Amino acid sequence: MIKFVLMVNRQGQTRLSRYFQPVELSRRAALEADVVRCCLSRKKDQCSFVEYKDYKLVYRQYAALYIVVGVTDSENELSVYELVHNFVEVLDKYFSRVSELDVSFNNRPITASLSEHDFLFVTFVSLTPHCLQIMFNLDRVHIILDEMIQNGHVVETNRSRVLAPLTALDKMVD
Amino acid sequence: MSDVVEKTLTALPGLLSLDSQPGSTKLSSSSKLGNLIRGITELTSKHEEEKLIQLELTSIKEQVSSPNTSMRQMKELMVRAIYCEMLGYESSFSYIHAIKLAQQGTALEKRVGYLAVSLFLNESHELLLLLVNTVLKDLQSTNLIEVCMALTVVSQMFPKDMIPAILPLVEEKLNHPKEIIRRKAVLALYKFYLIAPNQVQHIHNKFRKALCDKDPGVMTASLHIYLQLIEENPEGYKDLTTSFVTILKQVVGGKLPMDFNYHSVPAPWLQIQLLRILCLLGKNDQSTSEIMYEVLDESLRRAEINHNITYAILFECVKCIYTIHPKSELLEKAAKCIGNFVLSPKINLKYLGLKALTYVVQQDPKLALQHQMTIIECLDHPDLIIKRETLELLFRITNAQNVTVIVDKMLEFLRVNKDDYTTIDLVGKVAELAEKYAPDNEWFIETMSTVFSVGGDTMQPDIPNSFLKLLSEGFDSMEEDRKLRLFAVDSYVSLLQEEPGKLPQRFLQVISWVLGEYSYLREDLEVDTVLRLLAKLLDMKTTSSETKSWVLMAMTKLCEGGAGVSVAREVSETYSSSLDTVLRQRAQELQHLSQDSEMRARVLPRNAGLDPLEVDSSLSFLDGFVSEALAAGAAPYKPPHQRQEELAQAKALSLEPYGLSLPISMSSCCITDRQSPTLLSISSGLSGNSNDLSYRGGLKLDGVKRVWGREGYLAQREPVEESAHVEVPSPLRSPSQQGGAGGSHSHTPTHTPTPEPELEKQQLASSLFVGLASQSSVCLMGKSEPTPQRFRRKANSPASSSAASEKQSNSMVSAPSTVDNLMFNNLLDSHITSEPAVSSLEQTPQLSQGLVAANGSCDEELPDSDVNGSSPSLIGDDPVVAAELAPHEEPPKDLLLSSCLPAELSGLSHSEITPLCSDQILDLSACHVQKEDALVLVVFIYNSSDSDIQQILLELDSEELEVSCESDSAVQEATGHSVAVCQYSLSVKRPSVHVELVGMVSYQFPVGTPQSVQFSYKLPLSSFIRPMTVSTEEYGTMWLDFSHDTKQNLTLISDDQEPLTATLSVLKKKLQLHVVEIIGMEGIVACRLLQDQPCLMHCRMHAGTMAVWLRSPVPDLPDCLMYFCQRALQEH
Repeated sequence: MIKFVLMVNRQGQTRLSRYFQPVELSRRAALEADVVRCCLSRKKDQCSFVEYKDYKLVYRQYAALYIVVGVTDSENELSVYELVHNFVEVLDKYFSRVSELDVSFNNRPITASLSEHDFLFVTFVSLTPHCLQIMFNLDRVHIILDEMIQNGHVVETNRSRVLAPLTALDKMVD
Repeated sequence: MSDVVEKTLTALPGLLSLDSQPGSTKLSSSSKLGNLIRGITELTSKHEEEKLIQLELTSIKEQVSSPNTSMRQMKELMVRAIYCEMLGYESSFSYIHAIKLAQQGTALEKRVGYLAVSLFLNESHELLLLLVNTVLKDLQSTNLIEVCMALTVVSQMFPKDMIPAILPLVEEKLNHPKEIIRRKAVLALYKFYLIAPNQVQHIHNKFRKALCDKDPGVMTASLHIYLQLIEENPEGYKDLTTSFVTILKQVVGGKLPMDFNYHSVPAPWLQIQLLRILCLLGKNDQSTSEIMYEVLDESLRRAEINHNITYAILFECVKCIYTIHPKSELLEKAAKCIGNFVLSPKINLKYLGLKALTYVVQQDPKLALQHQMTIIECLDHPDLIIKRETLELLFRITNAQNVTVIVDKMLEFLRVNKDDYTTIDLVGKVAELAEKYAPDNEWFIETMSTVFSVGGDTMQPDIPNSFLKLLSEGFDSMEEDRKLRLFAVDSYVSLLQEEPGKLPQRFLQVISWVLGEYSYLREDLEVDTVLRLLAKLLDMKTTSSETKSWVLMAMTKLCEGGAGVSVAREVSETYSSSLDTVLRQRAQELQHLSQDSEMRARVLPRNAGLDPLEVDSSLSFLDGFVSEALAAGAAPYKPPHQRQEELAQAKALSLEPYGLSLPISMSSCCITDRQSPTLLSISSGLSGNSNDLSYRGGLKLDGVKRVWGREGYLAQREPVEESAHVEVPSPLRSPSQQGGAGGSHSHTPTHTPTPEPELEKQQLASSLFVGLASQSSVCLMGKSEPTPQRFRRKANSPASSSAASEKQSNSMVSAPSTVDNLMFNNLLDSHITSEPAVSSLEQTPQLSQGLVAANGSCDEELPDSDVNGSSPSLIGDDPVVAAELAPHEEPPKDLLLSSCLPAELSGLSHSEITPLCSDQILDLSACHVQKEDALVLVVFIYNSSDSDIQQILLELDSEELEVSCESDSAVQEATGHSVAVCQYSLSVKRPSVHVELVGMVSYQFPVGTPQSVQFSYKLPLSSFIRPMTVSTEEYGTMWLDFSHDTKQNLTLISDDQEPLTATLSVLKKKLQLHVVEIIGMEGIVACRLLQDQPCLMHCRMHAGTMAVWLRSPVPDLPDCLMYFCQRALQEH
């Protein structure tokens, strides 16, 4: 079972957090700091799974952004590891499509030269003015995550189905 | 999906013109949130962040409460508030606005409102009730997107009590033409099932429909419910196995639409989910397992793409294959698969391989042999998690022959490990292994010393406790006991002579206790020396006052005349003025007892651990005090498990400091009979236990062809040879031995001389995997262990119940304070009256043993083995005799039993006579009889032996029931081949759908040891329900008085007559309810639990269902009754 999903940058600042079991607000900061410390200290060639208290952390790094998922011992770590990637692909699909609509987003040369995933890294990481979409769209990232994970279980992984409700909402606004 | 959008758009045509800034708004980096994020990112100190956020929160607060704020601005404000909360700053003022936004906003604003609610509030937050109306409205909306949102939030969180309000609407959505709505409705029902299972009991058949839905998404959603249901009751869903297999076959075969693929693997997470379900269904069930062999084989075959996700599926597949009834061909393939994992250069796969191997070796330890070299490599892996997982694996394959090497490796890891949690866990495992397989005294004491030093004060208190318990109780041989204790004394004295300041407090406590108890065994050791060593501990600054009191206690035991007295006087003078009352108390004891040797001998008798101790475990002498306190308004006592349950509910994710998270799991562990008293085995035990259970009766590999041979370095070794090797604890053996060992391995891959490091590894391998190949039958950890346990506990008092043992082992923790109670009385008395209070001394010796042998009678012996092992040869141990007896007595037994029903009960209806338990001699069955104002439990004790048994004692207990014996005496007797009958009258203390009695029968032959067998009996609460005749007026007044209630919609029964009357008469017939009156669409019904405890029911027909409202003064009774009504109507 999945206990939480965190997105943090290399400085340890939380970019997104979603808990699937209640954790008091006052405890979250400490937990997140702990978790980040656990994952940041690890080298590239080390295992992507870490033991943390009585559960495991599965983490994946995209440039300076870390996505960390806390799971119970009974969970299949590798499937969660891939779930993270699936999530990133969904975000990628959504935000790259959106970016094309954006007028103020015409200076793409920097990102255009990068692969799809690099684009995402840049988005999260470099904080250049036109690359902050995902961070500035905290609500949308949450909505996407809500479609994928509920109550600590994977409920949808089909990319187009995950995005359907959000795209519909966007169309209503347009 | 596109038509969902279309419909939505037509439903809200005006919306299009509302928003003047399409799309681009969400990308605006100049938004306020953007500014905030950028501001935060640029900050360097926590302090600055706090300032900035506080500022932000003030500004948000101002704006949300302004009436001019539009919903669009509100949405933006909510996202900012979410951001602030995410960083840990509470913004509780915005919660209510989040609810408002969900209520009043449209489209994305509404969604953000719901999102904020789900992020801000938890399930029990009272504000959540305000959301119910919004959800209700949105569920009925014609806008599909709104329905979608409402269902999403419902499946995330919903107040439990309000489920009935929206349940019909959600159910309705199961038939919706759009797949997304059906899917979300199923997920919402799953949520309901999680929080209130009996609310959705009546829609189980609809789950089945969802499983067969033509849309794969809806089907996938229903699997969540099924996984949960099957986990709870695998027997109930065996018939669905074929369906799951068919689904998996289709998925694996690529029958799903392409967009379900992930990196060209068809719906991997769905496959994993299905494999988990199959795993549960096939466990311990050959015929069900057979259905799935083919698809499992296909899954293994299809997973050929070299991608992480295929390995994730394979892992699940392998786990399944090793859990269900075995098939050699599949096992072979799965084993090969694990090989690919562990040999993979990719570290994540290696980890998963080790995890799989850890799981699998419990079924087949030989598999570890195959990969021994890889395991050895992993042991030295630079990544700690790999090392850790490897140790976990080794822990599972430990036996008496490789224990020294494995424990060595674990201790090595412990010395470098920094993480407290891992330390606690591993220290517990080492202690468990040491206790189970210790090859000799020296090794045991030394290992435990390392455990205490490394484990320090974070270690579970259970470890030192059980160690001391082991020392004090001793084993079967007196001589061995003496040696062990002597060795402990020796090594502790030398430890104290070195640098005691470095030792952790817990260890010092253990040392002081051991020295106090056993230093007399070393005859050449002067008491004086020990006292001085102990006194040195008192002077150390680092010594805690708890430790000091242990030290003083030990000194009290030791100070015997001569030089001892002077040390004692010195110490007691220092501490009798201590600010710490406990220390002062101890110092007083020391002073008095050092002067009065006669009293000391009575208070602290030497070697008292062997005598069983009488403990008033019910603490009945405190009853008066308790009732006084209760009368004065004190809160009633809650047993630990209840407190922990409440605690666990309050916080599900364990973030407590390390210690606290463990005791919670402890309670669950204590229920299953723990093999080892070491508490800390729980963390491993949690998985271990469940696995244990899973294949205790399960996987039988005996008949399975062993395809993997005994290759590996110890392949050809004979058991005799192995035991010889054990004597060499070091993995490095002398070259000559190596030569010898090498020569005997004709299967060693190469005969060419191996380079030096390789050789080392091989030696390590041979010492690690010793004993695995030689065991022909599968037996590991807690199952029939071929090598006798060295430290097998003695059976002290088989009659002690496990509950008592619980209490007593706790008392060990506070060993000194056990003595406290009596010493306190004593010394106070002697203080005040300045003469020894003789009368109170009488109880002293008895109690004082508490220190030495607080656990004297609390052995956790396995009752079964006890009975079997020590049963006298009086009754035929010979199975043939038993077999002869059985057949001709089986048929008439039931008749025989029912004829034994007491005359006054024979006319009444009784439940089926069910067997409770049996051993070679006694055969217990029971049934319950419903009398008008009582429920009588009748227990039949059938003595199947030829001899008479007097003194059969039957004890019954229940958490939910009040049990009183109706027979004249609790003690029964049964002559050979006859039946003794006991009657108990039962009444309900605490209602619960099913109530359970646990009991124990103990008896003794004229010659022989006492025997006891435990049993349990379960009966539905409905057996206690009786009609209650009241008038409508009485009903009215009672209704208003009752405080506990529940509401729910039930299905109506539509026979030819009027539906309400028909439904109520069914309930009347099945549950013995009394129908007070039916007026039009409404009906009132009354019943009671036996004489008192009424429950009232109000029914109203509404839109084809019956809205039922139950009220009672008894908590939980309405819920239980609702359950039975539902069941009764379903069965009809």
